[in-house]
Amino acid sequence: MPKLLISLDVNGRTHELACEPNQLLLDCLRQDLGLTGTKRGCDDSSCGACTVQLDGVPMLACTLLAASCQNQRITTVEGLAEHGSLAAIQKAYGDWGGSQCGYCTPGFMMTVHALLAQNPDPTEEQIRGALSSNLCRCTGYTQMYEAIRAAIAAEQKGRTEARRA
Amino acid sequence: MSGFSIIGKPIAMVDAAGKTTGLGKYTDDLTLPGMLIGKILHSPYPHARIQRIDATRALRSKGVVAVVVGADAPNKYGILPVGHDETALAVEKVRYIGDNVACVVAESEALAERALELIDVEYEPLPAYFDPEESMKAVSDLIHAEKPHNLEKDYHHVFGDPGKGFAEADCIVEGRYLANEVTHAAMEPHSTLASFELDPHTGNMGRLTVWSSTQVPYYLQHKLSIVLEMPMSQIRVIKPLVGGGFGGKSEVIPLEIIAAVAARKARAPVKITYTREEVFWAHRGRPRTIVDLKTAVKKDGAITAVAAKVIQDGGAYCSYGVVTILYSGALLGALYDIPNIRYDGYRVLTNKPACGAMRGHGTVNVRFAFESQLDELAVKIGMDAAAIRRRNLLKSPCMTVNGLRVQSYGLPECIAKVVERSRWAERKSKLPRGRGMGIGCSHYVSGAANSIIRSDMPHSTVNIKVDRDGGVVVYTGASDIGQGSDTMVAQIAAETLGCSLARVKVVAADTDLTPVDIGSYSSRVTFMNGNATLRAAESVRAQIAAAVGHRMNCAPGDVVFGDDRVWKRGASPDSTTGAAQAVIPEVTVSGHVEGQILRGSVQQKRKEEGPRDRMSFEEAVVAAIDFHGTLTGVGSYAPPVEARGGKHKGAGVGPSPAYSYSAQVADVSVDEETGEVTVHKIWAAHDCGRALNPVSVEGQVIGSVWMGLGQALQEEMVWKDGLLMNPSLLEYRSPSSTESPEIEAIIVESIDPEGPFGAKEASEGSLAACIPAIANAIYDAVGVRLRESPFTPERVLEALRAKKKDARKYRLTRSFDPVNPVTFREHGGALRFKGKGPARHSHDAANGRGSQNGNPRGEV
Repeated sequence: MPKLLISLDVNGRTHELACEPNQLLLDCLRQDLGLTGTKRGCDDSSCGACTVQLDGVPMLACTLLAASCQNQRITTVEGLAEHGSLAAIQKAYGDWGGSQCGYCTPGFMMTVHALLAQNPDPTEEQIRGALSSNLCRCTGYTQMYEAIRAAIAAEQKGRTEARRA
Repeated sequence: MSGFSIIGKPIAMVDAAGKTTGLGKYTDDLTLPGMLIGKILHSPYPHARIQRIDATRALRSKGVVAVVVGADAPNKYGILPVGHDETALAVEKVRYIGDNVACVVAESEALAERALELIDVEYEPLPAYFDPEESMKAVSDLIHAEKPHNLEKDYHHVFGDPGKGFAEADCIVEGRYLANEVTHAAMEPHSTLASFELDPHTGNMGRLTVWSSTQVPYYLQHKLSIVLEMPMSQIRVIKPLVGGGFGGKSEVIPLEIIAAVAARKARAPVKITYTREEVFWAHRGRPRTIVDLKTAVKKDGAITAVAAKVIQDGGAYCSYGVVTILYSGALLGALYDIPNIRYDGYRVLTNKPACGAMRGHGTVNVRFAFESQLDELAVKIGMDAAAIRRRNLLKSPCMTVNGLRVQSYGLPECIAKVVERSRWAERKSKLPRGRGMGIGCSHYVSGAANSIIRSDMPHSTVNIKVDRDGGVVVYTGASDIGQGSDTMVAQIAAETLGCSLARVKVVAADTDLTPVDIGSYSSRVTFMNGNATLRAAESVRAQIAAAVGHRMNCAPGDVVFGDDRVWKRGASPDSTTGAAQAVIPEVTVSGHVEGQILRGSVQQKRKEEGPRDRMSFEEAVVAAIDFHGTLTGVGSYAPPVEARGGKHKGAGVGPSPAYSYSAQVADVSVDEETGEVTVHKIWAAHDCGRALNPVSVEGQVIGSVWMGLGQALQEEMVWKDGLLMNPSLLEYRSPSSTESPEIEAIIVESIDPEGPFGAKEASEGSLAACIPAIANAIYDAVGVRLRESPFTPERVLEALRAKKKDARKYRLTRSFDPVNPVTFREHGGALRFKGKGPARHSHDAANGRGSQNGNPRGEV
């Protein structure tokens, strides 16, 4: 198959690369761009470890063709840290045990980040619902909820302080 | 007890940022220049002789560099020295659907996959065995010629006088329990990257480096040495981040050996990563198990005797099987005081993927049976389920009837805590119909007292290097697989040296750099590697104390360490920030000018100042290096002889320097229309000795309970003539966030006398209690006692209908009765694969005479 020359906007940077028309975004990120934070955990789009954001919407990179993502803003877990420091959700997952082996963590980061961007104060049920798109085999999810609550509190505190300043 | 600055504090794992930012590297994230990709050809037959393999067409295919077959590396290996029955790729025979036949090495995954189809293999199908009880009758077409009756190993143990115990009992209950097969399904599929370097002296391929998703780098190095016929010193195994193990990476998995053999043949670095389906075939999970259990009690609830016959469907290779079947018997003791035990264990070979070690290794399915039966006995003698457990407590410290030494025993407090938190007394058996509560207990080893490779070597060794910059580098062989062992090691080193956590850097699990540690399995790391770290750090501290004491004109014992400082006992530590400072992971830079440069003139000035009574950590380190010439500490750990068990055959498995304890209460609802079980909440109390890092301990306890919940309600490997019907995360139903209840972890600290700071294991012991707690809660809710796990809606409904004598039984298969199960079922019953499959063995249940576990009439 002849390769296509495509241009992808990943984490705010533009990458030009040649890829086969049927290449998955997941393989493109991992192999061509070296962004290995996005993980492969299954064969059938059931685990959520490869979740990335397209224009802020969480999507599975294993269900997307790289060539079809040319006009969208792609954010991977590597693009979450803000100004050289951990985003609130990244810090909270570390502090509260939301991450053990860490293999599913990038996917959860992208899912939770998108949830909180869209709904800064989700209910318990909304959090559970959002998380059900991703599988974790270590934590039993309980400590993730604590981490998410802590991240929400940290974000709210940050906003209050920003308003005051 | 407090007084610790870092131990006992909730601390983020030292590698947490690498995980949340995606920058941490797992094996599949690694690449090397010129790296090729390997893909494995798997057997489509459960049992067949390989007549011919022809790779000519594959080798001509685009981008293919090499094709590896069994003959390229025929040496046998296996994780246990008594179980060397595997080869890298099949030699002569394949023994399960998914067995490894050949490996294509190509420039890309797609090219390798394409070439797989071009390998021509001729098979001669052989009769296959799928049911363990049928397999035990085999006289011909054995799975391994040297194992008569396909029996991998059997053990027959008698402790005390079971006959007398049963005779003096007031109540005896007997029953068969079936636990279906489950697998680890760690989120990271197995991956291995192998690369040889050219030797400058010989000009040929020399040293091998292997990066692998393993829990046991040292064992991998050992097995690679056997298969490749290379000295261990020429093989370097590096464990990058590992995305979960649960036992599935605790032995050498075929791809790890195949990648190295392929790299040798292709003369280039080779990476192999399993697809999720291949992970299921590689398996090594918890075997499906038949437990025939008989328990006897007095009227007051005292257990007088237990007899258990356990049959494990071990799959086609030994794997950890001999250990699994021994654990099943040995850990009948050490939870309760049982004076008389009879145990008959059979580990059976079948033509299915090999089973191995999985979280709670060997104990889980037997514990499900035992705790369910104890509940039944309590009902029979009219005793509360928590009370009967309290009646049978051990009197620690003690030696159990089967020779297990118990020194710390937090079970009474665990039971008390869950009973209190769940409001057991006021709620048990008093909830509306359809809702119920159940209790279960379990325990587990904190490391095996005897290592797999028989020798007197220490189980863990740790080296610590401290340099003039005040940095502490800990070299440990402990394999962090997500449980947080690197963090544990850093905490122990920092606590012992009184320095901040940020000073400590952990270099782990690299056989060239780190001393031998036998790996992350049997919950041994905190106890054993923690103790080795403690000893190494104490050695460093003693050296610093000697030098500093010399400076301060005091005995080394009067030098106090803490808050990143050292001071003379009685002097003010000169700390304005207090103990909290050490917890904050920031490097303090106090005294760095003197510490790093320390020219002669400064030294002179110091001498003129006369003795001081306090120093920064850096200054103390520099003083120690100047005094001794070097500052390194070593420590090792080997379990004490008293804890290594009795003299009987098989006594080596089960003994541990310490045991963890767990009690759980489950609160469930059962929908009598659909058979669906909903778990509302689980209270889980776990005795971990001391919680070195409470966040981690709670995480491990919750994770174990949750994994038990999966096995209790929905996880099950479904088989059909040796073919796994659900080899994907979509169909192997690991609970999602919406199916996972609240789990309240309650930490109980019994402070073990030999554990590091009193710590024991926390990662496995809680799993086993969850399944019987849920089974007992289902009984409390709707009055049916399920003896076959998992408790799927289908099984619950069948049991409810059988109880009501409802004519509309499901009857998916003839033997299907989850209340009184007889034998394992095959997928689909009526849809039995006929005619096209391999010829069946004459003893196979599916042959002729209807079938024991199929349904020839097609009832649904």
